[in-house]
Amino acid sequence: MHQSTELHWIDYLVILIYFGFVLAIGFILRRFIRTSSDFLASGRSIPAWVAGLAFLSANLGAQEVIGMAASGAKYGIATSHFYWLGAIPAMVFVGIFMMPFYYGSKARSVPDYLSLRFDEKTRGFNAITFAVMTVMSSGISMYAMALLIQTLHIFDSLVGALGLPNTWVFHISIIVSAIIVLGYIFLGGLTSAIYNEVIQFFLIVAGFLPLVTLGLINVGGWEGLKEKLKPAYLHAWAGLDNPQHNPLGVEWFSLIMGLGFVLSFGYWCTDFLVVQRAMAADSMASARRTPLIAAVPKMLFPFLVILPGLLALALTSPVNTGGPDAAKGSPPAASANATNPVSLIPPQTNPETGQIVKDEKGEPVLNYNMVIPNMLLRYFPSGMLGIGLTALLASFMSGMAGNVTAFNTVWTYDIYQSYIRRGEDDRHYLRMAQFATVFGVAASVAVAYFVAAFNNIMDVLQLVFAFVNAPLFATFLLGMFWKRATGHGAFFGLVIGTLAAALHQGLTLSEGATPGVKGAWIALLHSYPSEMAQNFWTAIYAWVVCFVVTIVVSLFTQPRPDNELRGLVYSLTEKDTSARGRWYTRPVPLGIGVLILTLILNIIFF
Amino acid sequence: MGIDLRYPIGLLFAVFGVLLVLYGLLGGTADYSRSLGINVNLWWGLIMLIFGGLMFFAAYRKSGKRGSS
Repeated sequence: MHQSTELHWIDYLVILIYFGFVLAIGFILRRFIRTSSDFLASGRSIPAWVAGLAFLSANLGAQEVIGMAASGAKYGIATSHFYWLGAIPAMVFVGIFMMPFYYGSKARSVPDYLSLRFDEKTRGFNAITFAVMTVMSSGISMYAMALLIQTLHIFDSLVGALGLPNTWVFHISIIVSAIIVLGYIFLGGLTSAIYNEVIQFFLIVAGFLPLVTLGLINVGGWEGLKEKLKPAYLHAWAGLDNPQHNPLGVEWFSLIMGLGFVLSFGYWCTDFLVVQRAMAADSMASARRTPLIAAVPKMLFPFLVILPGLLALALTSPVNTGGPDAAKGSPPAASANATNPVSLIPPQTNPETGQIVKDEKGEPVLNYNMVIPNMLLRYFPSGMLGIGLTALLASFMSGMAGNVTAFNTVWTYDIYQSYIRRGEDDRHYLRMAQFATVFGVAASVAVAYFVAAFNNIMDVLQLVFAFVNAPLFATFLLGMFWKRATGHGAFFGLVIGTLAAALHQGLTLSEGATPGVKGAWIALLHSYPSEMAQNFWTAIYAWVVCFVVTIVVSLFTQPRPDNELRGLVYSLTEKDTSARGRWYTRPVPLGIGVLILTLILNIIFF
Repeated sequence: MGIDLRYPIGLLFAVFGVLLVLYGLLGGTADYSRSLGINVNLWWGLIMLIFGGLMFFAAYRKSGKRGSS
């Protein structure tokens, strides 16, 4: 390709130092691991700021980083809804209202809370689906990482020096990342994963802040960016009256209810991957502060991860006159930067034939996922390039590690100890947790190759994840705030809600899509203006069905006596008074402050 | 638990900062036309070094306090 694909010794050195460093952290933390709780829950000893940054980072896998910049280039500033609407309110809610039950009940995991609050079948359903999904997600992100590294061609000369063909870049990426992630989790458990997530947070800032700065200087500052982009790309809310008026193709109601309520609360409030970080905090006050501390950088992250997408769009097509279609239609012109004429948003190529993929109109389909890597290669000279690539690799590994630590906990406590072997001593479960870590990583590698062999399987898997996740928040909301909700109600609500999601998706389709994995695999009853609108409505239907079914079944079944629900339900739990002190250390004022700042950001970018 | 995380963060950023500064000063091979003529290695390396130093200093101060009390 072009000259910038060459790495220098300094770049390799930076990457190697980072790899050595994460393993060293594992080795140092190893001597603090004595019990299964040390390994799986950090012995509940993590300070609030560390737990908070890990809470944020566990979600900042490379798919998130790469995907948000890609969406920034596709949809513009409206992508920030995934942060300001689709994360912050839910993070404030989980910190203020839900942490008292997760942390105060001494539950060891989210499924464990379900077993305390409801019954074994509800826990079993949640634990098994969650365990399967974490391994699958970890494998998918491993595959995505290896594919991206292979596409970048940055390690070709290194692999060539070893006498191996280029295709081995894929295998080596998977093997090396698996060994490192396995190494530091096996040695230091959840603490090691959390520490590395915090380091990853700082590395992402260190790698992306100069990138955004250079991009902004190049484009002529904020004003220059505004001149080069279509107005629709510069507003978060302005076009949301009608799906035709905004690049997302959704209207405000489905955005707020689907993304802002169902999907966002379902993820941030119930997904053990993130909640685990808060449950490892050293006190109730720290646990409640964890998501709130995470919310502060979260609301500013669009400037680091979405802005590169907008910059790439502005720099790729000097006069970007059309919408997403026009952007596709005009093959990106040679850009202003003469030293590197390669486009920041290249067309997609078929990995086997090397030919450019075209849509039905015969126009090239753009590979938005290359935005971040191409920006790094374009703006960073050797040296800084090593830092940028390290940030990217760190986010890949943290995303994987988050899944593996969530998996080994749920497997050990909620599946193995609950259904396979009860009553062993703690050493036995510690060994099982270590074994589960090895198994989790090995299974992720298997999934990565499975996905590589059957490319369409990825869409199917992600679809199934969406079905399972959509109704979850209804169950937790009723469980925590309505003491009458019963185990039968929760279980049937979840199962039927999941089926409702599948049914809705099977009966609808977005305009222009072909029936199949994108929907309408049963029949076509309704068309949505975009795939995003279809996804939001699938979530909304699933949530409502779960909510209604849980209430109806609960009313016909025997409730649990009040004394069994103390500490598990809002009306039967004493208010947490542990958080005294200055206002910014107390959850409620901190949460209100976060919401006000988010509102201001929304007004600025309205 | 275990170690104060600010030590390893401080160490990593200080090491990266020193590497970038030295490379920015001595590494003749870097192509700064990419970074719009700015010696981004030198400047960002300095910032990373300062950040690493601050992290180290904060952790050191805290451990000093704990030791004396």
